[in-house]
Amino acid sequence: MAGLMEGKRGLIMGVANNRSIAYGIAKALHAQGAEMAFTYQGEALHRRVQPIAEEFGSDLVLPCDVTDPDAIDAVFNVLKSKWGKLDFLVHAIGFSNKEELDGRYIDTTPGNFALTMNISVYSLTALAKRAEPLMEPGSSILTLTYYGAEKVLPHYNVMGVAKAALEASVRYLAADMGPNGIRVNAISAGPIKTLAASGIAGLREMLKWNEENAPLRRNVTIDEVGNSSLYLLSPLSNGVTGEIHYVDSGYNVIGMRTLDENKGE
Amino acid sequence: MSDIEDRVRKIVVEHLNVEADKVTEKASFMDDLGADSLDQVELVMAFEEEFGVEIPDDAAESIQTFGDAVAFLSKASA
Repeated sequence: MAGLMEGKRGLIMGVANNRSIAYGIAKALHAQGAEMAFTYQGEALHRRVQPIAEEFGSDLVLPCDVTDPDAIDAVFNVLKSKWGKLDFLVHAIGFSNKEELDGRYIDTTPGNFALTMNISVYSLTALAKRAEPLMEPGSSILTLTYYGAEKVLPHYNVMGVAKAALEASVRYLAADMGPNGIRVNAISAGPIKTLAASGIAGLREMLKWNEENAPLRRNVTIDEVGNSSLYLLSPLSNGVTGEIHYVDSGYNVIGMRTLDENKGE
Repeated sequence: MSDIEDRVRKIVVEHLNVEADKVTEKASFMDDLGADSLDQVELVMAFEEEFGVEIPDDAAESIQTFGDAVAFLSKASA
């Protein structure tokens, strides 16, 4: 059987290393025959992304600072000339100053609020706008969100506010692009120990809490997020758009911590 | 002790792609072994995984040299 992504070409944004969620996604797509381009922001990440792109047989590794409209244009100009079309886009990008992912949300500064929203939220819209002319019906856009968008989690702060706006963006973009047959969805993954997540104070407690209280009694892996991404980026999910899909061991359905007698062992 | 040293050295050599004999007690990851700030975070994550310990942020910031890492991990995994 030919791979699900055979003949499909897409852009992966937000790989930092082989623990990145975007790496898990790229791996799952590669295994099903997808051809991919990668972006990075800054030299430190270029050095890391280059070998990963090679691992997946890609020689398209492009710089992209999503706060710079010209840089985004440059990426899409390359994709247009090399490929002429784009079948999928993975947006695994977010940023906030580490100091504000600790303490109280109320202390968020206007500068970091704007920066966090610009990089973590607006960038999806900016990218979707450039991707749209290259996308045929059946194309798919995917972003990554987190439960902190819906419920208050310690230290997640301004990033939770940004993820709420990102999830709303998914719905509005899905409505805008749907008539052209382009789908836009998000995966809300449980906490995973990635380079980016290491900036969140209390990550260990979050991992432990999820492991003890999620229905599956464990945390999720980047490969599991990758496999669910494969569904959302492939024709398997052709009838799905505007959706926030949980890959969180079921944590989001729980209303109270596990009682001690049910913890198991 | 030497077992911990060997395991730490192996991680440093593989991650930073440096020669094992450059990884001396006083060798600073960033100043002597070419690590950038992301490498520093990745090394700490790799130490945590290898030794099954938790390295809090303030402790992670104090781990600047190979000797610092060995000392911390010897204490933490004792």
